[in-house]
Amino acid sequence: MSQADFAPALERAITRAIAGITSITGLKRLSGGASQETWSFDGTGPNGTTPLILRRAPFGKTIPRTATAVPLATEAKVIRLAEKTGVPVPPVPYVLDDADDVGSGYIMGRIEGETIARKILRDPEFANARPKLARQCGRILAKIHAVDKAQVSDLNVVSPRAQFDQYRTILDTYDYPHPVFEVAFKWLEQRLPTTTDLTLVHGDFRHGNLMIGPEGVRAVLDWELTHIGDPAEDLGWICVNSWRFGETHKVVGGFGDVEDLVAGYAEAGGKNMTAERVKFWEIFGTLKWGIMCMSMYQTFATGADRSVERAAIGRRSSETEIDLVNLLYGAVAR
Amino acid sequence: MMDQPSALELVTAVREFIEKHAMPELQGRTAFHARVAANALAIVARELEGGPASNAEEAERLRKLLGRDGTLNELNRELCRRIRTNEIAVDDPALARHLTQMTLAKVAIDQPNYSGLVHSPHHPRK
Repeated sequence: MSQADFAPALERAITRAIAGITSITGLKRLSGGASQETWSFDGTGPNGTTPLILRRAPFGKTIPRTATAVPLATEAKVIRLAEKTGVPVPPVPYVLDDADDVGSGYIMGRIEGETIARKILRDPEFANARPKLARQCGRILAKIHAVDKAQVSDLNVVSPRAQFDQYRTILDTYDYPHPVFEVAFKWLEQRLPTTTDLTLVHGDFRHGNLMIGPEGVRAVLDWELTHIGDPAEDLGWICVNSWRFGETHKVVGGFGDVEDLVAGYAEAGGKNMTAERVKFWEIFGTLKWGIMCMSMYQTFATGADRSVERAAIGRRSSETEIDLVNLLYGAVAR
Repeated sequence: MMDQPSALELVTAVREFIEKHAMPELQGRTAFHARVAANALAIVARELEGGPASNAEEAERLRKLLGRDGTLNELNRELCRRIRTNEIAVDDPALARHLTQMTLAKVAIDQPNYSGLVHSPHHPRK
């Protein structure tokens, strides 16, 4: 899709709101589902070209993609707050309002870099970055978790127990036996963190949502699952084997060790983090991804999305089952 | 008895058509979905070959573990119920052995190259 009916309205909004931009060019859709779109374009003016991204939900389609996704305006607010505590994020120069007639959404800087895990984990240009990434991710997560909660009081508070119940309910809805998931639920329930020290959590901190250059992480993207929760949730999620893309022995995203992740976290002021807390959330994250695969299959089964990809992903659920078996019943080969 | 080709030969023929002839003609999202389609047919082929035996072994283990009979679906539902109600402890060695064998067999059909299977301490090659 190269033409957009909202392009003139977008140009009016941007030239009015962002100093130094007098026109927009090259508007093209990058990705997105029915309710949220990502567009790339350039803002041009007397001082040159500014590479930009539009995150947008068309009017009348503001229902979030998933029940847990936050509205785009909230996403923009959280990104701006994270920037203030030192998290690498794209600048957000403008949040759309209704009078702009573009939809709901926001404008952010377009950062160059790589998000594709296989390239980040294998290409020589990232060879120097890889050994540093785990520690850097730890530092970044500490800064995300340092955002003042009082300023994001509109976010959902999802305690470990609440999240456990949420996934339990989802799996029960599907009414299909998954004995390995049952064991994982039981194991997790016996060890649910009782921490009341909940913080801002990114909610989807993993490959694909990290823009990486040869020097390291350039930006943390995709904040739509952000919420208030156990900070260890973010550290555990990036350790899930599915995000290691075959580099199983490097627990953190296929590039690093938990020790470095936790050390970086402490270095940047993160509190009370331990490998044990991370492990709990790695196991919970593995179970969550397995259930998410079944949820994506459900969109096929119910007819909402009859693509072969949605059908086939149900058979990736067993990947998380072998990971859970390895985590719960074997000294995992690392 | 059905005539030749077998179901396995048919899905293999379709997979090879997608991989060798359709995919080179496709681009972008359609090419991606064609790859997923070929992988899905590879799963079907492995299930046609190995599924009946691994299902029979799974049912046999479940009958012993649970001390009752039933369809594979019924036995798995009963196993889930007993795990949930603590009638079987999650660290029960017989349960651990069963789930390990069942999962190895499932992933060998679904994603035989998955790192979690290849590097599993339970993998037969270890």
